[in-house]
Amino acid sequence: MSEKMKRTKEPLIRTVKIAERSKRETMKLRVIAFAMALLAGGLFILLIGFSPIELYGTIISGAFRSKMAIQATVKFMIPLLISSLGVTLAFKMRFWNIGAEGQIIMGAICSSYFALFHSDWPHALLLAAMFAAGFVGGGLWGLLPAYFKSKFETNETLFTLMLNYIALHIISFLRDGPWKDPGSSGFPKIARFEANAQIDKVLGVQFGWIIAILLVIVVYVYLKYTKHGYEISVVGESQSTAKYAGMNVKKIILRTMILSGGIAGITGMIQSAGSDMTLASSVAGGVGFTAIIVAWLANLNPVSILWVSFLFSVLEKGSSVMQSTYGISTYSAAVLQGIILFFILGCEFFIRYRFIVRGKGGVRQ
Amino acid sequence: MKKFISILLTLLLTLSLFTACSSKTEEPAKEEPTAEKPAEATGVLPAIAKEDIKIGVIHIGNPADGSGYTFAHDQGIVGMQKALGLDDSQIIRKNNVNDTDPTATETAILECIEEGANIIFGTSWGYMDTMEALAEEYPEVIFSHGTGYKGNDANFNNYFGRIYQARYLSGIAAGLKTKSNLIGYVAAMGQDNSEVTGGINAFAMGVNSVNPDAKVYVKVTNSWFSPEEETNAAKALLAEGCDVIAQHCDTPNPQLEAEKAGAFGIGYNSDMSKDAPKATLTSAVWDWSAYYTWAVEQAINGTWTGENYYGGMKEGLVDIAPLNESIVAEGTAEAIEAARASILDGSFNVFDGVIETNDGKTVGEEGKTLDDATITNDIKWYYKTVTVK
Repeated sequence: MSEKMKRTKEPLIRTVKIAERSKRETMKLRVIAFAMALLAGGLFILLIGFSPIELYGTIISGAFRSKMAIQATVKFMIPLLISSLGVTLAFKMRFWNIGAEGQIIMGAICSSYFALFHSDWPHALLLAAMFAAGFVGGGLWGLLPAYFKSKFETNETLFTLMLNYIALHIISFLRDGPWKDPGSSGFPKIARFEANAQIDKVLGVQFGWIIAILLVIVVYVYLKYTKHGYEISVVGESQSTAKYAGMNVKKIILRTMILSGGIAGITGMIQSAGSDMTLASSVAGGVGFTAIIVAWLANLNPVSILWVSFLFSVLEKGSSVMQSTYGISTYSAAVLQGIILFFILGCEFFIRYRFIVRGKGGVRQ
Repeated sequence: MKKFISILLTLLLTLSLFTACSSKTEEPAKEEPTAEKPAEATGVLPAIAKEDIKIGVIHIGNPADGSGYTFAHDQGIVGMQKALGLDDSQIIRKNNVNDTDPTATETAILECIEEGANIIFGTSWGYMDTMEALAEEYPEVIFSHGTGYKGNDANFNNYFGRIYQARYLSGIAAGLKTKSNLIGYVAAMGQDNSEVTGGINAFAMGVNSVNPDAKVYVKVTNSWFSPEEETNAAKALLAEGCDVIAQHCDTPNPQLEAEKAGAFGIGYNSDMSKDAPKATLTSAVWDWSAYYTWAVEQAINGTWTGENYYGGMKEGLVDIAPLNESIVAEGTAEAIEAARASILDGSFNVFDGVIETNDGKTVGEEGKTLDDATITNDIKWYYKTVTVK
């Protein structure tokens, strides 16, 4: 009787955390996962009646086939890269900032104020003001949940998530009311920025890409070589340790969230003034959430983030070409992207954990 | 076995990379103006040979939906393709392009241009500003934007149509059919939207021309596409005692509600007797192929001027769907034909003379008709028989 009880208690499959896998093993798992993703995606493509090899080829050629294509791929990459860097700062600290979306929007709103109402300022001054406004807007929106967390122990996951929706509705409010384009004959929209308030292009792409690359370096150095960066990782490992070492944990959390939100806010400024050329409700458009995936896939390493966000952009740009070339519906393309992501993300699980199947026969002691 | 699979997969991957590289040679065709044929002076852009025409279409929805707005536009593209004998490869479709996302809009348009498109049709209102900016950046590409109000008289124009003419005719069918003398109208937008309000007025005037006792009750949904709201609005109007339900919204739901209640209806966009065969008397429909064919022909002939296009029944852009003979009232066809003839020969323009509004004022002058700018932007009053519910 007692043995029977014990038997039912042991699950058929258990997951066990793996201390560490060798680099080789990790690499092998990733390659297998990628191959399986292509295979499963290929099956799906066959099911909807196309040739997998042709379609995969189109995705890659669609992202690189010409100068314009490469420029568009880079354009996809800029917001994703910058906001991934932003959330990384928070995640390093084990602060679950899933509010990058809202921080991007607030950055965009604040910088748009200058773009819409001070477009007569000298170009460089205007862009600098917009840049600073973007940082401040996003930073304050990130500071809010951090303040409540450090003061009242609120749940930052829910707090940051909810702030996303508030930010989104602020755009709708501005669009339908105070910032409505007077020349739009009754239709609700915000005016397009004047050329003076638009970000200049370098090599055919808005110079946000230069800022993005600079930020990769800055965030890398900040996390790896500065006292602040060290404090962030200690707080992330254990707040008690940090306190014991005499660190001001509250201050570190507040400071880091201003930076995390601020970088997301820069995304908003760059996306609105460099790509949308207006304040659109789609300015974040899910990038703030994708950034979370990118940051974790890259193990919170800024340099890896550069590559991962690049691969994401290739997939995004390539699928768009694939859709129109083969007349595939947007939904099918989304399914295909989902399948590929599923395997790649699933692989991370197997890198960190393994299954132990309950032994046949006796019960393990 | 495992090894075998992994080798196979690696091969697959390599192969796909190869195909990628081989197709890399497809350089985007540069639209260097090949001014071999000096265009007949009327055009502002050089003529494009028919086989060099490449058209990018930016859709807000998916043509595969089978009815409604995007479907109607895509049928227009298909009709144009047939009429001009273009190859499938000469048309690039970008579907589900969100018109509130300027970056997505720009990406879609640039992909068309990258693939060599020299004419871009943007079918939704929100594409307007992005198209305006790109038109400046790509002066050799024609940008044609539907339902908006901007244009540059060169390579960027606007197209829309006199759907109010069709609504007037459909009002005749409704006015003759109603027994309760109450006609419902599900409207997407409120009084300030000239397109919707003008449509309601034209419809009500059509009703009034054959049935002076009938009233038109309007219910506004405040959305171009909102299946549930449209259903609810139709239900409310039926509850008020309306026995014919007309509509200016995207789904056939009001027609379906009318059918359920044993009432009748007037559809919009495409022939909605497909959806509600026992209720829909006729529908105000667009035939966008009339514009698309005309526009592409202009480009081929080198007579493109970049003028805004505002076509009507005469151009074949708008009309009503064939009458649902088994349910329309007797004499409907004759009454409609008479009105149609007067519109076609120009003796009647719907918004003619002095028009009484529902707040006791008047609009227009005797012997004149409202000009196009007023019709498209400034009809912000309701006809005397209209009541907003």
